[in-house]
This record gives sequence, structure tokens and C-alpha cells, in this order.
Amino acid sequence: MIELPNPSDLIFYLIAAITVLSAAGVAFSRSIVYSALALLGALLGAAGLYLTLSADFVAVTQLLVYVGGVLVLILFAIMLTHRINVRRDTNPHTAAAMGALLFVGLGGLLGWVAWKAPWRLGEVTLGDRPLPGTSAEIGNLLLGHYLLPFEVASLLLLATLLGAVVVARKELKED
Amino acid sequence: MLTPGLPHFLIVGAALFALGTFTVVTRTNAVGILMGVELILNAANLNFVAFNHFNPGAVPGGGAPIHLGGQVFSLFVIVLAAAEAAVALAIVLAIYMNSRTIDVTEADTLRD
Repeated sequence: MIELPNPSDLIFYLIAAITVLSAAGVAFSRSIVYSALALLGALLGAAGLYLTLSADFVAVTQLLVYVGGVLVLILFAIMLTHRINVRRDTNPHTAAAMGALLFVGLGGLLGWVAWKAPWRLGEVTLGDRPLPGTSAEIGNLLLGHYLLPFEVASLLLLATLLGAVVVARKELKED
Repeated sequence: MLTPGLPHFLIVGAALFALGTFTVVTRTNAVGILMGVELILNAANLNFVAFNHFNPGAVPGGGAPIHLGGQVFSLFVIVLAAAEAAVALAIVLAIYMNSRTIDVTEADTLRD
């Protein structure tokens, strides 16, 4: 009998392939809009990978904030700064040799370390328990052990809001 | 070695990181560079969540082990990425309103 691969393994490989291929689309696309749509694929794939790692709250937050916020913001910026011309190379490359060198070097080094390093793995068995949701525990941590970073993050968001508005507004004309 | 373990997720993260770095280094469109930075941040996030899944953490210095520290940290990374994208795009818009181009090779007013 041919041993069929585990379906959950196949799902991981499928989602990982979607993520990496979409990221390659971001890196190598000619048009900036194609890059943005490929970034959508990469972010969705990352959310799927978080789900395979049983991080449900992080996956949903990724969808809400990254896809629904950051990606929409990027698309707005593309549309606001895009010259209306049809088939032009709107996302050109420069210094491709240095980029390729960095790509191979960094990717190779990180991948080799990831594969060869003797990681100390913890105990990851569920047994018969149902998979616990992470939202309650993350809520406890955010209001407990991680309270200070949580509050500082809210201050940072306020500063970001003010900063973005001030930087991007039109200059007041002196009459 | 076919069942996805920790190295598999780390290799996906490494691929995302390398592609993001390639995007940052080679693009001349400012929004394209920003998209590369988002890829790099996603790679780091994937590493955090993967390590959290395969090695639930302990508190450095004693105390009850915090099993979701990696996920909480990745939430902060997402928040910071959104904030940084907002400010970076505000800067890109300001440059565009000033000089009608977002080609980073043409932003050389301070160069002698």
C-alpha cells in the first residue's frame, strides 16, 4: 500500500506554497498593483499559517489589521500616487545583482540555520482535550503581565495618528 | 521529515524574509519598498508564533510559565507594523504632493 500523506501536512504545504509564491510575486512583479495584490496573498497565507500553529486570535488580528487596514492603506497610497498610464513599468528594479546576492545569502543562511540547529522543543501534545482558544489567555496576558507594553502601544498609536495627519496635510497658504 | 515541524515554519519565515529584503533593496517605488518591509515583519511574526507553538515559554526570572508570550509579542508587532505603515505612507504622500514622483532615486535634494 502506498502510504498517503497526512491531510494536515498537505494543508501546511499548500498554505506555505501560497505564502512564498505570493511573496515572490511581491518581489518580482512589474506593476505596483500586482505587487499589492500579491501582498494580499502573502498576508492571507501568513494568517493561514498562524491557524496551523493554533494561534487563532493572532490569525484573525492579522486579517483585520494587516489585510483590512495596512493593505487597504497601501492600495490607497498606490492609487493616490499612480500616474494614469497604461502599460508602464510602475515598479522598476534597481541593483538587482546586489539584491540577488542578499537574497541568496540571507535566505540560505537563515534556512540552513533553521534546518540544522538542534532546537529544544517543548511538549506539544493535546491528548483528548479539545483545542483551547487563545483569546481568553491573551486577554489575561495583555491586562496582566504585558500591561505596560499594551498601554505604551496605545500611546504609540495616538502619536502615529497625530503624526500621519500632520505630515500628510496640505500646507496652509499664507494669505 | 515530511511532517511540518519547527524547521519547516522557520524556513518559510526565512524565505519571506529574504524576499522582503530583496524587495526593499531593489525597488525604486517607495510604496514597493514599504511592501517589502511588511513582508519582513510578517516573517518575524511567523517566527514568533512558530516558536510559541513548538516551545511554550517560561518567564525569565521565575514565575508561572507564560504559554502565549510569542503570540502576544506578535500582536504587538502587528500593531507596530500598522503604525509604521501609516506614517510611512503619510510621508510618501507628502513627497508626492511636493515633487509629483515617488521614485526614491529622485529624492536627492539633500545630496550634494
